[in-house]
Amino acid sequence: MFSLESLTTIVHIWLNKTFQPNLALLLEFVIVGVLAITLFAVLGLVLVLMERKVAAWIQIRLGPNRVGPKGMLQSLADTVKLMMKEGLTPDGADKFLFNLAPYIVMISAMMVLAPIGFAKGFQIWDINIGVLYVSAISSVSVIGILMAGWSSNNKYSLLGAMRSGAQMVSYELSVGLSILSIIVLTGSLSLNDIVLSQQNGWWIFKAHIPALISFVIFIIAVTAETNRAPFDLSEAESELTAGFHTEYSGMKFALFFLAEYINIFIVCAIGATLFFGGWMPLHIGSWEGFNHIMDYIPSSIWFFGKTFFLIFLIMWFRWTFPRLRVDQLLNLEWKYLLPISMFNLLLMTLVAIMGWHF
Amino acid sequence: MLKEELTIIIKELLPDAVIEEAGEWLNISLESNEFKQAALQLRNFNQMPFDFLFCLTCVDWKTHFTMVYHLRSKKTNDNIVIKVKLNRETPQIDTVSDIWRTAEFHEREVFDLFGIIFLQHPDLRRLFLTDDWVGYPLRKDYDDPINMIKL
Amino acid sequence: MKTMVEEIGKTVEGDLIINVGPQHPATHGVLHLVITLNGETIKNVEPHLGYIHRSIEKMCESLSYRQFIYSTSRMDYLSAHINNHACAMVVEKALQIEIPARAQVIRVLMDELTRIASHELWWGAMAMDLGAFTPFFHAFRERETINDIMEETCGARLTMNYNVPGGVMADLHPNFVARVKNFLKLYKLKIHEYDELVTGNIIFQNRMKGVGYLSAEDAISYGVTGPAARGSGVSCDVRKHFPYEIYSQLQFDEILETAGDSFARYMVRLREMNESIKIIEQLIDMIPDGDFQAKTKAVLKLPKGEFFQSVETARGELGVYIVSEGGTTPYRIKFRSPGFSNLSALNHMTVGEKLGDLVASMGTLDLVIPDIDR
Repeated sequence: MFSLESLTTIVHIWLNKTFQPNLALLLEFVIVGVLAITLFAVLGLVLVLMERKVAAWIQIRLGPNRVGPKGMLQSLADTVKLMMKEGLTPDGADKFLFNLAPYIVMISAMMVLAPIGFAKGFQIWDINIGVLYVSAISSVSVIGILMAGWSSNNKYSLLGAMRSGAQMVSYELSVGLSILSIIVLTGSLSLNDIVLSQQNGWWIFKAHIPALISFVIFIIAVTAETNRAPFDLSEAESELTAGFHTEYSGMKFALFFLAEYINIFIVCAIGATLFFGGWMPLHIGSWEGFNHIMDYIPSSIWFFGKTFFLIFLIMWFRWTFPRLRVDQLLNLEWKYLLPISMFNLLLMTLVAIMGWHF
Repeated sequence: MLKEELTIIIKELLPDAVIEEAGEWLNISLESNEFKQAALQLRNFNQMPFDFLFCLTCVDWKTHFTMVYHLRSKKTNDNIVIKVKLNRETPQIDTVSDIWRTAEFHEREVFDLFGIIFLQHPDLRRLFLTDDWVGYPLRKDYDDPINMIKL
Repeated sequence: MKTMVEEIGKTVEGDLIINVGPQHPATHGVLHLVITLNGETIKNVEPHLGYIHRSIEKMCESLSYRQFIYSTSRMDYLSAHINNHACAMVVEKALQIEIPARAQVIRVLMDELTRIASHELWWGAMAMDLGAFTPFFHAFRERETINDIMEETCGARLTMNYNVPGGVMADLHPNFVARVKNFLKLYKLKIHEYDELVTGNIIFQNRMKGVGYLSAEDAISYGVTGPAARGSGVSCDVRKHFPYEIYSQLQFDEILETAGDSFARYMVRLREMNESIKIIEQLIDMIPDGDFQAKTKAVLKLPKGEFFQSVETARGELGVYIVSEGGTTPYRIKFRSPGFSNLSALNHMTVGEKLGDLVASMGTLDLVIPDIDR
């Protein structure tokens, strides 16, 4: 049975045999860095194409189908196009901040890849405060967006960045509270522990009603966090042309674009880890035979399958719902989602104490 | 309402007006100095308030201008036409944008294309043409050596 | 270029003046709005027009009475048939030409099909402005069917120059009746999708209810006509008040809503599509035989005088006013376009609301800029 864990063990042993321990460690850093960047790039390409195909499917048309078999190479064509475009910097823009902004957004997106468990034993950094780390670093991208909007010297960008900043900061609360409600059950912030605690079943099934409420709030809140429709008024095409990234073109725009899709991947990965068990196959309590069969499917397939299902869900939202107005959006968060998630946290605590979960 | 009845009612309301019955609707000719007063009276007429100004335009008869106002009373669905003659050297008339708000844009258009000054208009500027355009295109004596006017 | 706002000193420190347009995804056409914002709240909306001013009125003074009709298709291109219809009717009224019954029925059928097509495009574009991209494709699915029907009979999909003084230019294609009946069947199947996808969606309702309020008195004062006025409770359908062609013999309702906000205007247009379907159903089986065009002279000369005719386009009341001196070309033509007056109410409707509400209000006013600029 193919397993990524064995692959990492083999590489680790070989490196330590061939080189000195320090050099081996350094080489491991380099390999992991390259893999992370590759994953970043490949995911970006795949998700862009997936978005276009899903959009087309929902809108009763075909989507890109000229470049490559069934349009598979469309993303490559897009990348080549973006690389060849002229990168304009507007005249009155603050050059240093203007150039720095996309990198901040991208770096914060890449750093969050570290604690996520892609497969059994295939985790870059099993930090014991994994969830807190993810939450904290993903908040840094707000700075990048505000920087982009401000330094563009454009009223539209500024409006878009202000809206975006307000939105992201508000919805982080709901995300945090819904994550916390699962942490209450697991008792540990480490992502590996959370996955292992779902050995006998995923949390969304074990902690029935509160987990379901948490999940719904989580999905709504992360759609708002990543500036996706129906909460995408910071890039509302019909109102502000392109919001905070109006003035960006060429490679810098590509970085924003890519960072948005990676953010979606990351939040769906977190959602899959917390609610659906991450790389843990579907186990039902103590049904040994069933569990054994489920274990045959490699854990990386489980992880990517769940994540892509959640990504599909978020993409589905975009092409179905219209956009909320900015005050309605903030209303939704502060008057509805936040009280419900606080109440849900209490409910979950009650369930955890009384042992009413499976 | 039949034209004859309407003629009687309007004659009662505006005794000084010259009323012609030729054409589809009643044509009322007024002088430019009595126009605003008559417009107010028509608007506030209790029996049939003429509250809907649906067309405001100007015609350039080479010796003078004629302002044409088409009014409708929503209550009784009656239409009347008011015509005001303006002289060619100093074409000016009172604005009716405080009586019918639709006149704001229509009067700007007439100013833009004919050059008629509307006194007390809140914002009399050119509407379609650029601010630095010279001349009034819809006048009959407008000639543009560069662009072709007569097809 | 100074805006009116800056000139008369209405701006306060901290106001942001932004330009929406002339190139902008939400203003359908080249409309330039200069908006004064305080944060997200609109303080003043000032339209700058003229980007597509082609001076049609001056141009028509050099065109003959048979030629000038087709310049109106380019004004409100979404109701091209109805515009041409108005012009043809003015000429017929002046020359007192009696048009045959078959031509009347064909004209009404084409008018109603055009009205449905125009409302479909409005619905799709409005949903897209509010952020839902999918209804656009659903709307165009229906609109393409109508365009195909038009193309078979009239030869063109958008500016079908089909009306002539005296009737219509050519007879209906033999497939016309069958295709229209197919379209009616298809439409009835799909119309409930519109309600489910868009009208019943709570996000749409929140974006449109209470937004862009226009009272009935203001609507009359600003000269607003068409579905925008009917959403405020003003009964102004020219087909009912001053019936032309055979509209007085047809059974259809004038849809009125009293709320006066964007949602009311939206519902009026949606229900008007159903009324147009009713009219088509009443006529499609009973197209009388006969001539499709009355005999008229080749060169038309209108008698001296003034003539006016209004029709109900998809946007409101279009009036054609001709002053004739007895020659072969008009002395003065004035087109009373519905969009021009509807636009003048935009400032009044949106002051005090947010930028997102401006998009919703503009969408429900259904502005077509060439109609405004002429």
